[in-house]
Order: sequence, then C-alpha cells, then structure tokens
Amino acid sequence: MSNEFETVVGLEVHCELATRTKLFCSCPNRFGDEPNTNVCPVCLGLPGSLPVLNEAAVEMAMRIGLALHCEIRPSVFHRKNYFYPDMPKDYQISQYDAPICVNGWLELPDGSKVGIVRAHLEEDTGKTTHVGSTGRIHDASYSLVDYNRAGVPLVEVVSAPDISSGQQARQYVSELRAILLATATSDGKLEEGSLRVDANVSVRRKGSDELGTRCEIKNLNSLRSLARAIEYESERQADLIRQGLEVVQETRHWSEDEERTVPMRSKEEAFDYRYFPEPDLVALVPGEQWIERVRGSMGMLPEERRKRLIEAIVRPRSSSEPTTSHISQAESDAEKSSDETPAEAVLSHVAKVVELGLDDLVIAAIELGADRRIAVMRAVNEAAADPERARHIEAGHFAKLIEMEHKGRISATQAKTILARMLEGDGEDPETIAAKEGFSALSRDELVEVINSVISANSDAWQRFVSGDQAVGKFLVGQVMKATRGRADGRAVMELLTARNEG
Amino acid sequence: MGEWSALAISQGVRDGELKAVEIAEETLSRIETNDPLLHAFLHVSPELALKRAAELDERIAKGEDPGRLSGVPVALKDNLCTRDMPTTAASAILDGWIPPYDATVVSRLKESGAVIIGKTNMDEFAMGSSTENSAFGATRNPHDPARVPGGSSGGSAVAVAASLVPLALGSDTGGSIRQPAALCGVVGMKPTYGMVSRYGLIAFASSLDQIGPFAATVADAAVLLEVIAGHDGYDSTSLDRQPPSLLDQLDRGVDGLKVGVVSELLEGADPAVAVQVRLAAETLANAGALVEDTSIPVLTYSLPAYYLLAPAEASSNLARYDGVRYGLRVDAPDVESMNSRTREKGFGAEVKRRIMLGTYALSAGYYDAFYLQAQKVRTLVINGFSAAYESYDLLLSPTSPTTAFPLGSRLADPLSMYLSDICTIPSNLAGHPAMSIPFGTDDDGLPVGVQLMAPALGEAVMVRAAAVLEAAESHLSGQQRRDEDEQ
Ligand SMILES: [Zn+2]
Repeated sequence: MSNEFETVVGLEVHCELATRTKLFCSCPNRFGDEPNTNVCPVCLGLPGSLPVLNEAAVEMAMRIGLALHCEIRPSVFHRKNYFYPDMPKDYQISQYDAPICVNGWLELPDGSKVGIVRAHLEEDTGKTTHVGSTGRIHDASYSLVDYNRAGVPLVEVVSAPDISSGQQARQYVSELRAILLATATSDGKLEEGSLRVDANVSVRRKGSDELGTRCEIKNLNSLRSLARAIEYESERQADLIRQGLEVVQETRHWSEDEERTVPMRSKEEAFDYRYFPEPDLVALVPGEQWIERVRGSMGMLPEERRKRLIEAIVRPRSSSEPTTSHISQAESDAEKSSDETPAEAVLSHVAKVVELGLDDLVIAAIELGADRRIAVMRAVNEAAADPERARHIEAGHFAKLIEMEHKGRISATQAKTILARMLEGDGEDPETIAAKEGFSALSRDELVEVINSVISANSDAWQRFVSGDQAVGKFLVGQVMKATRGRADGRAVMELLTARNEG
Repeated sequence: MGEWSALAISQGVRDGELKAVEIAEETLSRIETNDPLLHAFLHVSPELALKRAAELDERIAKGEDPGRLSGVPVALKDNLCTRDMPTTAASAILDGWIPPYDATVVSRLKESGAVIIGKTNMDEFAMGSSTENSAFGATRNPHDPARVPGGSSGGSAVAVAASLVPLALGSDTGGSIRQPAALCGVVGMKPTYGMVSRYGLIAFASSLDQIGPFAATVADAAVLLEVIAGHDGYDSTSLDRQPPSLLDQLDRGVDGLKVGVVSELLEGADPAVAVQVRLAAETLANAGALVEDTSIPVLTYSLPAYYLLAPAEASSNLARYDGVRYGLRVDAPDVESMNSRTREKGFGAEVKRRIMLGTYALSAGYYDAFYLQAQKVRTLVINGFSAAYESYDLLLSPTSPTTAFPLGSRLADPLSMYLSDICTIPSNLAGHPAMSIPFGTDDDGLPVGVQLMAPALGEAVMVRAAAVLEAAESHLSGQQRRDEDEQ
C-alpha cells in the first residue's frame, strides 16, 4: 500500500478446544466421525435437556488466557439468539459482557506486542452442507446437517486493533497457534477448521488516531489467504478513500479463486441477537486457588522458549569469548531472504526452531559444545523434515554430528545425509553411520588435486573468476562438488579458489 | 378398593396385601370411565402400566422392595420427558414426539417403584391458567364440568381430584401447580427452585420453572416430593443438598410459629375466597401459631415483572421448535419459510403472543426498559420477602383470587387470565417454596385453596402448617356435611 495510508487490523480467532468431551455434555469431541454419531439430547438441544459446563474446557480457557497474559475473571454465560439450522437450540451459549479472560497481550517473535481484548468460552454449531449448484444456502436444493460439532468448546480470542499488515496478522495467528499447541489446548489446524480467523480491517491516513470504518473479512482458511485478504482489503479501502468514496461497514467474504473480498448478503448484518443471561447455567467464578493451580501446571510458552534459545546462542562459553561474535556470526551466516535484516533472520530461525519443538535438542547440543550456527541451521533445515522424530534424537549424537561437520571431518552434504539417517530412528551414532556410508571429507591435498583438474577443464570460467567475476566462483565450486560427489566442503573449496587466485 | 392414597397403596403392595397389577387395573378402569368427560389425560399407557405392575409384584414375591412408591400409579404432566410415551407439552408442534430419554424425576419415580400411568393435559408449553390452551382440547373440572380446572397443570390436578390416580406431577412457573390444585381441591406444591431437577422438563421459563407434586393429602404430596427431590448432576441449577425430610415433620404442629397474612394478596380476592383465608388464619392461630396481617407492597409489581421475564426466556426456549430436527415440519421452498410456516402452524395463539412479548422485551433498545427493569423488580421482590421472613416463618394468602371459572370465560381477555396467577407468581420470582391446600368451598360448593409460602428450603415448616390446615379442613367439611344432612 502507498505511504499515504496505514492498515489497522483486529483479529477474532475461534479456537476449538481439544477436550475429550463437548462443552455442555459428555459426547466425544472428535473430528471426522460418521455424521450425527457423537450426539445426545443436550447437544441436539432436545426439549427438556440442560447444559452442564465441562470443567476441562474452563481450565483450557484459563490456560489460554494465562498464556496471553490475561486477567481471569468471574464470568457469565449468555444466550445469543438467532435461527440457523445447524444450531440445535437456535441460540448459542456464549460469554458476552463478562468473559472469562480479559486484558492481555501476545508477543510476536519480533518482540512486538498485540493487545488481547478478551478470550471467552462458547459452544460451536453443527456443520451444514448445502447440496446444490453453488454450495450456499440460498440456492441449495437441500441441506445436510451434521451435529457432531454442535457443542464442541471454542475459545474466541479477540485482539485489539494493533495489527498493521497482512504479514503481521499471519505472525499473530502463527504465534497464537504455537501457544495453543504449547498449552495443549487445541490442535490449531486452520485447514480442518479447528482454528477459524475473522479479520476486522480498516485503513486510515498515516498519523491519524481515528479508526476508519472497518469491514469484517470471513472465510480465511489459511495463513496465506489471511495475509492476502488483508492486503487486498486495505488496498480496496484506500482506493475508495482516494476516490472520495466511503467505506461501508459490512461483512465480506474472501474469495480464494478470485483473490478478492466480496460483500456477503447484507441481511446477515441485521441480526439482533437478543443476548440475555443463560438461566440454565450458574455464574462461573474460578477461585484464586484454581487459577494458581492451572498457572502452575502450564509448560513453557513459545515466547519464553525463544528467549531461552537466544540466551543459549549468545551465552559466552568462556570469558575470553565475546558474546557479540556469536550474534554477528549468526547474522552473517544466516541463510536469509532478501527482505530480512540479519537480526530478523536470526529471530526467524529461533522462532522456527521453537515452533518445530527442537529448542531442547539445539540447546542441549550447544551445551555439549556444538557449533551454534550449524546446530541451528541443521535443526531449521534438515531436522524440520520430521520434527517429531528429531525431538527424539539423542542430544549427544546431534552434538557429535555438528562437531564432525564443524571440524571438516565430513562435508555439509554428508552431514545432511547422516542426519536424514538419524531421523529414521535407529538410534545409531553419527560416526557409525558415516563409516557405513564411507563418508569422510577429502584431505587438503586431495581437494587441491580435484580443484586443479576442474580449473584446467574450465579454463574460460577460471579466467573470468581471476578477472573478478565472483559469480562464476559458484559455478566452479559446483563443479568441484560434482567431481567429489559431495565429499568436499563448499566453503573450503571457495577459500582455496580465492587463495589460489590471490596467491 | 381400600384407601386411595399413595402411602396406603405402597404399604399394601410392599406388604403383599395388595397387588400392583390390581391397583393398575383399577386406575385404568377409573380413567376409562371418567376421562372421556374430564379429558385429564393426553396419553394413557395401559400395556406399559400393567407390565410394569406385574414386574413389581414379581419382585415383591421374591422378597425385594421396589421402593417407597411401590405400585403407586402416577400421572405426569405432558411436559415431562418419557422415553416410552409421547411427550408433547400439549403442542401441535410436538405432536407424537417420543423423547429418547427420561426426565430425572421420571427415572426417580421408576426407581422408587411407581407405575407411570400416562401423560396429562396442560396449557400448551405451560402457558395459561385454565388448560384451555391445549392443542388437544380443554380439561374439565370434576367439581363442575362446565368450569376450568385451572392451569397450566390442569390435567394433573384433575387426575388427582377425580381420584383417577393418587399422585401426579406438574410444573409451576407462575402458579401452574398451585392454582389448578386450588381450583380442583387438591394439595399442590411448588418446591424451592433447584430442589427438584429440571432435566427433562420441557422449558417454559428456565429461571422460574419447578416441578412439584399433586396429591389428595399433604402426606402423599410430601412423600412424592421426597422421592423426586435432591441434587442432579444433569441440572446446573440443582441444589447440591440432600432431599428434605418432610413426612416425619407432619405431626409437629405449628405451636410458636409466626405466620403473616399478606394483605396485598388478599385485597383482590373474591369474598368467598377471602373468608376461607381468614378461617385458615384462625385455624393456625388456634393451633398455637402467632398470626397477624402483614404488608409486602412490592409484591404488587410481581405480575408485570413476571410477564416480561417469563416470555423473554420462553421466546428463547421455544426457538428450537423450527421444524429441522423433530416434531412438526411444514415444507417450504427455503429454510426461513419452512421455519416460519412450521411455527405458524405448530404454535397456538397464546404461545405466539408470549413469544412476541418476550422477543420484544429482549430486543435492542428495549432490553434495559423491559427485561432489565423486570430483573430489578425481581430483586426487590426477593428483598421484600426477605424482610418479611425476618418476622415470620410462613406467609399465608389465597392461592387464586377466585374459584374455578366457567370454560371460555377468560379466553377473550388475556389480562383477566393473567390475573389468575397474581398470588402465586411472587414465590416463583423469589424461587421460594409455596403450596396450595384445599380449605372449604365457595357458595357454589367449589373448592377454595389457601396458599402457604416459606423462605427458600422452608418446605418442612410449610408442610407442618399444611397438615394442621388439612386436619381442620376435613373436620370442618365433615361438620358441614352433617349440618347439611340434618337440614
Ligand atoms: Zn451431546
């Protein structure tokens, strides 16, 4: 977007809780079963049935709230009244003016904070499939309703309008998902709908304090569509304002195919939900002891784990070793994409390691003396192929592998192959694997020999390299790697080429 | 057949002197004879009742004790879910619906050896005071078939009043047990809110609804309440406490109890009713109670508050009858029209009126002025009662301002119908227990009911006073009969 405007986004994220049973009955909370098999009088809203609150869901809501630095408050359930076939009682039990979690924040990997207005508990609806030409209710020939999802517990997390781009929105949802996983409260799958994101988007002239008219964007089924929808929508609104037109407050649907937002029927805006306190439930007042017990039972959160990992990376090994060298080394070596500063690249690697759950492994390896840069890079790039298995690699083996590579006893390519073997989970020592594969790095003399033959076979390229064409160096390195079938170390080859040129 | 009381029947059946099957047969034959005129029942299950009774007899023959209501026939208001009988709440929208589960009270009755005979008529979704709002036709008062039995639990009141069954269950949201009990001359009790589980009671107004007993005697009502009361994990508003012990309180009398006669509730009553309330007061005083008139002015605001709160909750509770999952469906080209045509056809006029009232009271812009204001009145009513109960153990009033009125006489005027509940509504707003005890008649020989009210969980004290009134009433009516014979 042009410099004239800035984007203001608030997100509402519905998280399906990973409880064993539903919010108000004891039916299994399970995705993917035969339609209408996990139902009972309560979640079907049969006459005479009454809700009974699932304590496990309350605890999960509290965990989410505590992870988001919220205050846990006495709360009241309300009825939100509207007719819809997949809502068994034709009202949804939700928290309205007294939610269980209020006033928190979420810290993104780059250190920025997004305010959390509230996080409240509510029940999910069933799922309707409209059978007809477009899959929308208004021209369906008939509809099928599956109530397995009806009554599944949700926590809706409402952010403050603190998000300023599609990219940041994406980071916010990633981080929220990491928190849900870390607190074992949801599986956080956007594709299966266990995480559902609505975005409130508005734009305003830079420097203005006033919020513009917002539109609510629905149907954001992936992080990619979230970011693109926000970018599209803020551009659309900015265009309107530039043309002197008004932004109309409405709900818009992100059309994945057309890559644009389209207005939903305006009738949906006209609902009066007639909220009133749910008389079938009593107020929910979590005591201080309960809150403290839940707080005490929580594992480390992504934010803390990232801080711990960064600390491990920058911690000096001895007094003679200055702290900064590790950062600058990591910065300069990071395989960074063009739009990231070196510091951002390190942070994004750290975030990735934590997201993969490999921070324990990397920290343990570093503590055993492994090279920090290589340990992080192998975790982010190779171990990421199977983080589940990677978490079970012995730290000693991982540290040994890093050491072998660092000392030049094997090449980077060989190290990657060995790591792939280690991920197969036989628990074999990297040295044993290297021996079996016949891996060893070339000796310096052997390498010089290969380089010589590559130079004579590619004399044109060599001449260009000598006359200062750095780009052709990569080609020569590639030729050496090819000739050695990956036994050479790319950096060592480059060093030798440069030395020979200069010497 | 001997004494037609629950206690006598269960005693006889448990002792082997009576057969549950014979009692069931007798009940069915009484229903067959009398119900075509009275129309107390919407559904009777002879096969189920006889089969169940035979099983009980077998168990007793084997030396087992099926429970405190062994072989006692019980009728259920048709808003109590039964897995083996239709449950319609007297609405066309639920015509023929058979729930897949039993209400908690139904399970408890079964566990105590009762024989469920059938389901009784009522005002549709318990909305009414005459049982004329049933989609399946009105019920008649056994004392005068040209008159209403009261409502909404009119069928249950009549089933007991006509001695078809010794016990019946009703539900009371604004007087729906006590008012028909009064008009039919039986005992009807609304327990403390939360004393009896509402699980399986088709909701009218959730914060006011409470299930309670009908019986010919205070003792029978007490035993029935003891059986159905007590905590239930399926109802979040159920009180977490032991069921009350009532039966062993009945002989304790009222000596030293303080009773207030609520003047606001006496003001609008027919003279014939007021006279009986004064007589009841005198009776309690003669039995040693300290009785005096008292005033709780805020109670006069109960009726308008109730007619905002109850319809508000009802408008939401009745939303689920949309034609999608169960009950009536009127087909239409799209879902919204299917919803509205189903509800248009399935609901009666009074139900629609209350849904409209309630929807309005909750609407944006009106919520504060109506719903919230009514909740404030509700709090004031509770405070008014609390203040009164600092001075009194019990309060006394008419149950209904009038005796049974002629069928059709109030149908055209909803407000006059709503006024039938003016004395009973305050206890629902407060969640307090209250009961109606038959006490004499008016000039036409129609029964008068007097109401005893108690603070929350005050059932035990309440039934003591009820037992005193009952004893005096039977003495009195015996006296009256002898006087008439002599004339
Ligand atoms: Zn269920």
